[in-house]
Amino acid sequence: MTGRAIITFENVTKRYGRVVAVDNVSLSIDEGEFFALLGPSGCGKTTLLRMVAGLETPDDGRILIDGQDVTQVPPNRRPVNMVFQSYAVFPHMTVAANVAYGLKVEGVAEAEIAPRVEQALKLVKLDGYGARKPDQLSGGQRQRVALARALIKKPRVLLLDEPLSALDAKLREQMRFELTQLQDQIGVTFLIVTHDQDEALAMASRCAVMNKGLLQQVGSPSDLYEFPNSRFVADFIGQVNIFEGRLDIDAPDHAVISCPGLPTPVYLDHGVTGATGATVWVALRPEKIELSGRKPGSEPPKMEDAPQGANIVAGEVRHIVYLGSESLFEVELDGGARVKALRTNLTRWDQEDFAVGQPVWLAWHACSPAILLN
Amino acid sequence: MAETQRPPRPKPGPLDYLARWPLRLWVAGTVVFLYAPLATLMVFSFNNSRRNIVWRGFTLDYYAQVLQDESLQHAFVNSLTIALVSTVLSVILGAATALLLWRFRFPFKPGLEGALSIPIVVPEICMGVAFLVFFTKVVPWPTALPWPLNLGAIIIAHVSFSFSFVASVVRARLASFNREMEEAARDLGASEWRTLMDIIVPHMRPGLFAGGLLAFTLSLDDFVITFFTSGPDTITFPVKVYSMIRFSVTPEVNAASTLLIVITVALTAIALRLQGSDAGHDAL
Repeated sequence: MTGRAIITFENVTKRYGRVVAVDNVSLSIDEGEFFALLGPSGCGKTTLLRMVAGLETPDDGRILIDGQDVTQVPPNRRPVNMVFQSYAVFPHMTVAANVAYGLKVEGVAEAEIAPRVEQALKLVKLDGYGARKPDQLSGGQRQRVALARALIKKPRVLLLDEPLSALDAKLREQMRFELTQLQDQIGVTFLIVTHDQDEALAMASRCAVMNKGLLQQVGSPSDLYEFPNSRFVADFIGQVNIFEGRLDIDAPDHAVISCPGLPTPVYLDHGVTGATGATVWVALRPEKIELSGRKPGSEPPKMEDAPQGANIVAGEVRHIVYLGSESLFEVELDGGARVKALRTNLTRWDQEDFAVGQPVWLAWHACSPAILLN
Repeated sequence: MAETQRPPRPKPGPLDYLARWPLRLWVAGTVVFLYAPLATLMVFSFNNSRRNIVWRGFTLDYYAQVLQDESLQHAFVNSLTIALVSTVLSVILGAATALLLWRFRFPFKPGLEGALSIPIVVPEICMGVAFLVFFTKVVPWPTALPWPLNLGAIIIAHVSFSFSFVASVVRARLASFNREMEEAARDLGASEWRTLMDIIVPHMRPGLFAGGLLAFTLSLDDFVITFFTSGPDTITFPVKVYSMIRFSVTPEVNAASTLLIVITVALTAIALRLQGSDAGHDAL
């Protein structure tokens, strides 16, 4: 993506007393992106968003919107609008009055307001609801009012603070889809804050993962998931098995890591840029582990892309979580370590009929593990 | 076929006791003790007897007398004027105080919050004496002012105790305000002043109504403080009634009191109705 930067954070820091909420963050968001700020609660993502809106002022650093330094500009004079977590729909005004409010305070002529309100309500599929009061709306509809109210101002960036957290699962799914569709349709940059990694992966074109006020990693959803740069990111996004190990061999075309928790070495078909002998962490996603039945005493089969005896371990099923579309198996290895493996439920009942106590082989490809240096 | 056995009646819980006769009796007793005196007062206002002890037949004469009694009318107009003006002033002052306490942090804020409840807890007689001393010795209020300026001392006294009631009510109401609402207005382009008028004041409205109602009734029926601050030309209705019963409890007093009750109840009903049309949004 080589768009024009619409929001730029330059060494932004925000402290609350002794707590550093946002710690020297520099980040650039391009025009037209669907950008997600992702992190556990208290990581500073909301503070960062509120600083874009002007509801918080950074202690250090600058924020540029569309090339303009807005660090000291009050919220009512910024070309961005926000959808609040509680939606903050004004309860004493009708839906139409809520949507019109931003234009009214701007001094737009009445004659122009009415058609624009209608258009905005149509955009969020609330046409015909203009005369209702917010207490006659469902949570999802109230959120649409908040959306229309923000979008009618034609913001350069739409800020969304945990927009889906108050909706039920089904509606959340639908709104995810609608939000991405809406963004495609109007082309406005969306900056969304969420603690829900599924939400971020599903909607965003790019994400920033934050922890304790620090930016951990910025990248596309697949980058973050498949190429995390730290144990925090690997663990925060999706499920993962992490093994601490030692880098034994690091060649340009392969690497070998031995982990105390794994009975066999981890073989990689690519090099790792680390010092030989250094401590590294092997992150293996549950869905990248293949599960197969094992007869006690049998020899391990060879993985086609790894030397004999590498990337395959023996274990016993300890726990099975049926999730509908897939099942999560918790397998205890010979050394006592527990590994999670995910299997898609390809058929309506398990052909191999794995049960608790079943001896199994766990195997993975040489390209599957992500190697983390911190 | 075996007869289906009814399950034994569950033991009544605390909320079921209203269905039991001892409790009903208790409720009935309460109602009688609360309302019997009022009912008697009203009934005897129609009694055709000066002595007003025994029922001697129905008459509206005393209402006619009350309505013709100039000094009583004067006192009544005084009371209403004082109540209206002091209500408006205490709502404005109380709302501003509530906003201040809700919105800002400043040194000695707990002190101010405590001081606010002093007029609520200090015995009225002390307040009355304090105002008497204040308005005679410290800031002598000129007595020869034309009406309604001569009511100034009483109005100030009334505002000084009723605005703290307004402030407490409005402060409680503001506690339920969602700050994101204010931020949303700012975000949509409203200035701080606009946000206050468009978003915060509408949220305060039920509190303003309730507080105003409280201030109005407090002022209208205040006797003790008014007694100490009123002069010969600034008699209010309660003070006048007091002076009337010093001679004897005539049906005139009953009639005047009945009128006052009717007016207060009517005003309260109107205010509650106005507030009710507004209360539907509280759910949000």
